[in-house]
Amino acid sequence: MDRPKSISRRRILAAGTAGIVGAALPIAGQNPDQAARPKVPADPTKVQGPLSTDVGGRSPFERPKRVSLGDRRTSSLTPLQDLDGIITPSDLHFERHHGGVPAIDPKQHTLTIHGMVDRPMVFTVDDLRRFPGRSIIRAMECSGNGGRVYRREGNQTDLTPQQIDGLTSTSEWTGVPLATLLREAGASPKATWFLAEGSDAAVMTRSIPIAKAWDDALIAYGQNGEPLRPEQGYPVRLFLPGVEGNASVKWLRRIELADQPFMTREETAKYTDPLPDGTARIFSLDMDAKSLITEPSFPDKLTGPGWWEIRGIAWSGRGKITRVDISADNGKTWKPAKLDDPVLPKCHTRFRLPWEWKGGEAVIMSRATDETGYVQPTFDVLLAARGPSTAYHFNHIRAWKVMADGVVKFAGSGA
Amino acid sequence: MKRFFTEVLHDRSARGFCTIVLIVFCAAVAVAQQPLGIGRVATPDEIKKIDIDVMPDGRGLPDGTGTVAEGAKIYAAKCQSCHGANGMGGSAERLVDRESGKNWDFATNARLVKTVGNYWPYATTLYDYTNRAMPFMQPGTLTPDETYSLVAYILALNKIVPEDAEMNRTTLPAVKMPSRDRFVIDNRKGGKVVK
Repeated sequence: MDRPKSISRRRILAAGTAGIVGAALPIAGQNPDQAARPKVPADPTKVQGPLSTDVGGRSPFERPKRVSLGDRRTSSLTPLQDLDGIITPSDLHFERHHGGVPAIDPKQHTLTIHGMVDRPMVFTVDDLRRFPGRSIIRAMECSGNGGRVYRREGNQTDLTPQQIDGLTSTSEWTGVPLATLLREAGASPKATWFLAEGSDAAVMTRSIPIAKAWDDALIAYGQNGEPLRPEQGYPVRLFLPGVEGNASVKWLRRIELADQPFMTREETAKYTDPLPDGTARIFSLDMDAKSLITEPSFPDKLTGPGWWEIRGIAWSGRGKITRVDISADNGKTWKPAKLDDPVLPKCHTRFRLPWEWKGGEAVIMSRATDETGYVQPTFDVLLAARGPSTAYHFNHIRAWKVMADGVVKFAGSGA
Repeated sequence: MKRFFTEVLHDRSARGFCTIVLIVFCAAVAVAQQPLGIGRVATPDEIKKIDIDVMPDGRGLPDGTGTVAEGAKIYAAKCQSCHGANGMGGSAERLVDRESGKNWDFATNARLVKTVGNYWPYATTLYDYTNRAMPFMQPGTLTPDETYSLVAYILALNKIVPEDAEMNRTTLPAVKMPSRDRFVIDNRKGGKVVK
């Protein structure tokens, strides 16, 4: 079998339209795209290159960008279509904040743990770094991710993976397990919930069942080998693997243990899920299994029939992804994709499947299964369970339509 | 692994070694459960300064009191420019409207807007959030009396408390919100069934 060709049009487009590094005026015979491309020597083997730098940057030909939503710019989306593997570069991790990004001096910042504990404690950032630490590679997804396509907004077809599902990212998070700090403070066995509170202008709060603290909650200070980025909670954040992103409170200043939830605005008025029976789920924290094909996707254009690799990411808030199936005939038949190592729990998992495009229209889609046996549902199944205007957790199957001319369009949950 | 242990446990000296390993392991666990002595004990004063949350049963509510009439004045001065007159029609979140949504068809009626009156399950949440995060451009600047007054005003606009209501640490937690019993525990657990 031939090796699949890479899909490079998107990168060329991105580089051509975005940046002006050494841009020149168009010369005869050049189109504007070519003219705007960064200038490089005609033969890099015949000239010495620039020398080492204190902080590296991307090739001027690569310009992945987050996309901010709304006039108030309270969130931004990860360019999933520009990423390989599973790690999201820290400067491309999605954002969501409720009072802007606070500027915090790590020497002034402390985390206080109090409430139902024997010893209420204050920890400086240096204290937190002194505790036995842990690094974990895990995904974080906003529970509003995918809402736009659930509602389909006029059945748009010109949507990128970023615009559809860009509120999910994966990082290596480093920190101290919250359980370690609870032991340090002498947590009461009667405590059943904890409140996490941020130092932003919203003084963001969420209540979390304390079982999560004893399980895998992390007080994170590192992300992908460096301190957290400011928009990711610098200098310290809560990180709750597999849980809707909102609960992983950033710029963490306080944790209070209690015997009941605090019923903050976010967990009552906001992050609750209305159901067709006239109720709403509260504390619907776990993220259901989901997958998304990121290549090929809009605005790719396949340059011709032949072998292409279908690529994407799958993840589940409940554990490991056990399989991803791909259909290239609008869901009639399915083939298992190959999962790249590492396959980690509650983490983006990269899947791939070589696919021979014979020309003509084709609808491609992916379907994830996790280790609980949960299978990513069709839109109709999810709609029946949740209703058309429910508010969060949109994990139904997504589809792309490859047109006869190779142009790829978003096709909702199937054509 | 299993075979390894079987073989080792048949060897007398190895058994002794295993016992020692077990004792050391238990000791290590015991040590790990003790505090490591990192960080310092928080003083009551410094906790008080940042412990601003309010719980549904009223724990955390400060002394102070507020009326609907006083709330109307503060609202006009500090809230109306974003939230609109009478809690509706502003650029920021709609606060008032108990009527629409009274059938709780939020999952099937995309036109419904969630408000304090038709959705919020606890009145204490309104105090907690207003106190910590409002007004948007001057967060955390309201006094307890101002916050109680604003809460009284917004609850009155939603016809949840009467016009002469007074809100304080006793009366506020006693307010029963119309949607209080609509919220259910998450029953999704993974597995085959999509819920």
